[in-house]
Amino acid sequence: MELLYTFLAIFPIAFISPYIVRQKSTWGWTLALVPAAIFILLLRFVTDVSHGHTEILALNWLPTLDISLMLYIDGLSLLFALIISFIGFLIIIYASGYFHHNNYAGRFYMIVLLFMGAMLGVVLAGNLFTMFVFWELTSFTSYLLIGWNHEKEESRWAALQSLIVTGGGGLALFAGLILMRLIVGSFDIADILSQPELIRSHSFYIPVLILVALGAFTKSAQFPFHFWLPGAMAAPTPVSAYLHSATMVKAGIYLLARLNPVLGGTAEWTTVITLVGGLTMVTGAALALPQNDLKKLLAYTTVSALGMITLLIGLGTSLAIKAAMVFLLVHSLYKGSLFMVAGGIDHAAGTRDVRLLSGLGRLLPFTATAGLLAALSMSGLPPFFGFIGKELVYEANLHAPQWVWILTATGLFANAVNVTVAIVVGIRPFWGQKHEKLGHGHEGPLGLWLGPLIAAAAGLLLGLYPAWVAKPLFSPTVSAILAQDYSVKLKLWHGLNTALLLSFLTILVGILLYVVRANFARIQQRLAVLQPIYPSMLFKNGLNKFLFLSDKATRALQNGNLYVYLITIFSVMAAGLWLQVISSYNINVKIDFHDFNFIDLGIVMLMIVATFMAILTRGRLTAVTALGVIGFGVALIYILHGAPDVAITQLVIETLTVVLFVLILYRFPRFTLLSKKSTRMRDASLAVLVGFMMTSLLLMKNSAESLANISPFFVENSVIKAHGHNIVNVILVDFRGIDTLGEITVLSVAALGVYALLKLKMGAKEK
Amino acid sequence: MQSHILKIAARHLLLPFTIMSIIILWRGHNQPGGGFIGGLVAASAFILYNVAYGVQDAKKILRLDPRTLIGIGLAIALFSALLSVFLRMPFMTGMWVDVFLPLLGHQHFGTPLLFDTGVYLTVLGVILTVVFTLSEES
Repeated sequence: MELLYTFLAIFPIAFISPYIVRQKSTWGWTLALVPAAIFILLLRFVTDVSHGHTEILALNWLPTLDISLMLYIDGLSLLFALIISFIGFLIIIYASGYFHHNNYAGRFYMIVLLFMGAMLGVVLAGNLFTMFVFWELTSFTSYLLIGWNHEKEESRWAALQSLIVTGGGGLALFAGLILMRLIVGSFDIADILSQPELIRSHSFYIPVLILVALGAFTKSAQFPFHFWLPGAMAAPTPVSAYLHSATMVKAGIYLLARLNPVLGGTAEWTTVITLVGGLTMVTGAALALPQNDLKKLLAYTTVSALGMITLLIGLGTSLAIKAAMVFLLVHSLYKGSLFMVAGGIDHAAGTRDVRLLSGLGRLLPFTATAGLLAALSMSGLPPFFGFIGKELVYEANLHAPQWVWILTATGLFANAVNVTVAIVVGIRPFWGQKHEKLGHGHEGPLGLWLGPLIAAAAGLLLGLYPAWVAKPLFSPTVSAILAQDYSVKLKLWHGLNTALLLSFLTILVGILLYVVRANFARIQQRLAVLQPIYPSMLFKNGLNKFLFLSDKATRALQNGNLYVYLITIFSVMAAGLWLQVISSYNINVKIDFHDFNFIDLGIVMLMIVATFMAILTRGRLTAVTALGVIGFGVALIYILHGAPDVAITQLVIETLTVVLFVLILYRFPRFTLLSKKSTRMRDASLAVLVGFMMTSLLLMKNSAESLANISPFFVENSVIKAHGHNIVNVILVDFRGIDTLGEITVLSVAALGVYALLKLKMGAKEK
Repeated sequence: MQSHILKIAARHLLLPFTIMSIIILWRGHNQPGGGFIGGLVAASAFILYNVAYGVQDAKKILRLDPRTLIGIGLAIALFSALLSVFLRMPFMTGMWVDVFLPLLGHQHFGTPLLFDTGVYLTVLGVILTVVFTLSEES
């Protein structure tokens, strides 16, 4: 339970973090204690989980709606959560160096901690509904972080683009999850995982597969949605390292892996996931070659790596799943590290253009070490963890049930590009003569190189001692994805086999590509004629068309003329009521006169007179007062018929309405008749129609006794269950309290809307 | 609008209205009243003041920005709903305690009253935000 509470505590801590950092700007690193605590608490589950147990920690939330906050800890969620908290720890330390003298550092820590909580929520949630809420929260925090430099149009566009792509995928995912709930009858992951046959044989299987895959593909930047990820490089480097390489973009992969036991194993699954993953892997690798920006290079290889993991999950063999998970950890460590190294280089040299970067090794010894270690792991050289990962990938490709040749060839290409990029990003900037355009940079603060160094060293350590993670971590992870017991053994040395030969070939091809890489920019320029069909351009043009259309529609529908609005609203209302009235067959109106009395009659007469006053008068104030009389009449009727609460509300509301009216009418010009007689006749008939429809509806409601009535429940339980004698109030604050919570939230938003509208208008006037 | 009767009335009615609104809020659970009505009554006192003295003075007498009231109100309502979660009960479970107070005797306190207080402040804040903004615009 400590884990659950610490996890929940992340959110309030996130909100107070700006105040902590405001006290002293160097205190940012203290926030790293949060992920450190989570990491340690997670470690305590390793023993249990490695023995095949699944831990469930639950906190009831809305039990009547089958929604609870439940943490579901098995190998898969544990692996992801450990990665998220470990890299999160490094990133916060790194950020304390990166945002050394930044006034907005507090805001950064707040959003990053919120993201961390949301991301942990995605992978730990034991309920798909909860998972989805956290999933959306990660998209939203990512949006805020990509748009960090919000004064730049490019940043804002990149942020918006990623939000629309991942948010759109989120909608698809939501639909898929609802369909899945319709099949299984529950959102709980445990329930869903127990029904693989039911889901796979259901007629909803294909829609569910497509919708869930859309969610995963957009989030994990799969082709053709990959373009948002390179754009996301507009974010500060700690964000790129954390969200856009190590964690958030792997949420889609988590989802596919999580649902593999119930959705996987079919021909459709294998085809779709493998094909998309493969395309992404090749596209990402090819697009990485002509890049010259450190972060863009890393971004495109991230796309490629995500494609490779997706492809392996699509293959679905035990070898492929094992390779996918090991490569996932490998990638998180070296890519997170290299991004941080790129940020360090940027900090010292003031540029990220690889054509200008060389000879920085002597100035930045620690950063250079981190870069070298991470680059070697990325290249897949022994004795690094990356070597083990790559060997496993080749082994999985070679033992695939089909497409062995094409898988191996494309895998070789992607891995070779990794070697090339590793040399360009992690090694070359530090060697050779210093470029004359570079200033006298120096090593940044401790935080700036400690994070990447630890991550890169972890890659070396796990390469030397893979057994540390093989049985305790990867065995339960792979077992969870395959839904059967599977024991993972990792070794550095597999003997002389085809995979080793392929590794050797990879290095050679990678170096070859490095040598000729100057040519790729030229090839890219030749291909520029294809620009109109790039997915990013299609997206941009599509969005512009959409905005154009919605602009037209808004201008037509919301033309700012209150008169038109009212006519539209009342016509629709009259038509809707009319449909309702004629569609119910037994229009049998019973009017019961047995509790008739003269006081009611008097009040009604008064209201009728006031109604005619309001219609016929030429004075605005008179009309408002007459309307007030009608309202007070209604309140009187409420009092007489035993609804004092409603009556008081009505009285106060009427008073306030009159006051508000007067505030506005006070400034109007004198009343004059401008409308044509025909217009007035049309309005009058519409008014009569609406009134008639409303009256008949009320009369019908009165005679519809067969309808189930909830009132007795409230009357019986008001005192017993809610300790209140005022039933109206008990309903508001207890029985239907969630409705009230929603309503006051809506009210608040409305008030802020009024405020924003009027203040903005005033601002425009002042200009 | 310069009316001495209105000005004096507005000034002297402010406190009774506010006290009245709190009483309405307090007794709401068992007798007619509640946070919504209480908030409306309190708001009408300030609106009257606004009409008599103008928006600047009305803002001054409220001291807090009405938008802050909205935030506090929502936070209180949310807190009262979350309290049960901290005690490992479903969201928004009503919880009650008996407290002995010197003058009032035994009183029954519960999260619904806290929630209603949130409603009261939110309603007050919302109405005053709208009214003050409208009055300022002219």
